[in-house]
Amino acid sequence: MLHRLTGVGILLFLCLHILDTALILWGPAAYNHIIQLYRHPLFRPLEVALYAAVLFHALNGIRVIIVDWWSQGSRYQRVLFYVVLLIFWPTFLYGAYLMLRSLWQ
Amino acid sequence: MAISEAGIRPKPIGGLELWSWVFMRLSGVALLGLALGHLWLMHMVHTVEEIDYAFVAERYGATFSFWRWYDMALLVLAMLHGLNGVRILIDDHVHTRRWRGVALSLLYGVGGAFLIVGAVVILIFQPQLAQAIP
Repeated sequence: MLHRLTGVGILLFLCLHILDTALILWGPAAYNHIIQLYRHPLFRPLEVALYAAVLFHALNGIRVIIVDWWSQGSRYQRVLFYVVLLIFWPTFLYGAYLMLRSLWQ
Repeated sequence: MAISEAGIRPKPIGGLELWSWVFMRLSGVALLGLALGHLWLMHMVHTVEEIDYAFVAERYGATFSFWRWYDMALLVLAMLHGLNGVRILIDDHVHTRRWRGVALSLLYGVGGAFLIVGAVVILIFQPQLAQAIP
């Protein structure tokens, strides 16, 4: 299930992000070096993938809460999933454009 | 506990599992703002091209700056939300008592260590003097 997959993925990235940020205690040279790696073209698609995972997990999480709390929720859970996708795609595409815009500007 | 057709765990009847269920929803809503806000600010308003030591030094200027609190809240809630999520995955997929114990110990040990490292970095980071920044 996509909610679980994105959740685990985000947690693994959080652990990586704790380690790279910890390098800041070793001073500017160490920290700027690791950030330089993140700017590499190979990392940029992963940055966008992380954004997709967080956005999907957030929107689908709202769907879960609505299905739990709204008495008619479970009846409409499939419709709500399409609503999630309907919000996801434009938000994702616009955000991905903003993230990558420096590549062609 | 199995998940329903909608991919959702039924609301637990009581006890710690109910608290866990409530926590996942409350922290989830908080993280919606915190995590998407963090992504928006650090990857869209700014981009990875702009982030470097000097950028963080400015954000974390004061010992108790707003951004330290923001990042601390994001770190703690995200880690607890994530660890509790994986605990539920272990409950669903690891069936023998022995392996469940091993998996949970690993989860809490490793997760707790990462949480402590992250929190210590946010708290103790003191920017080096401006002339040290290239």
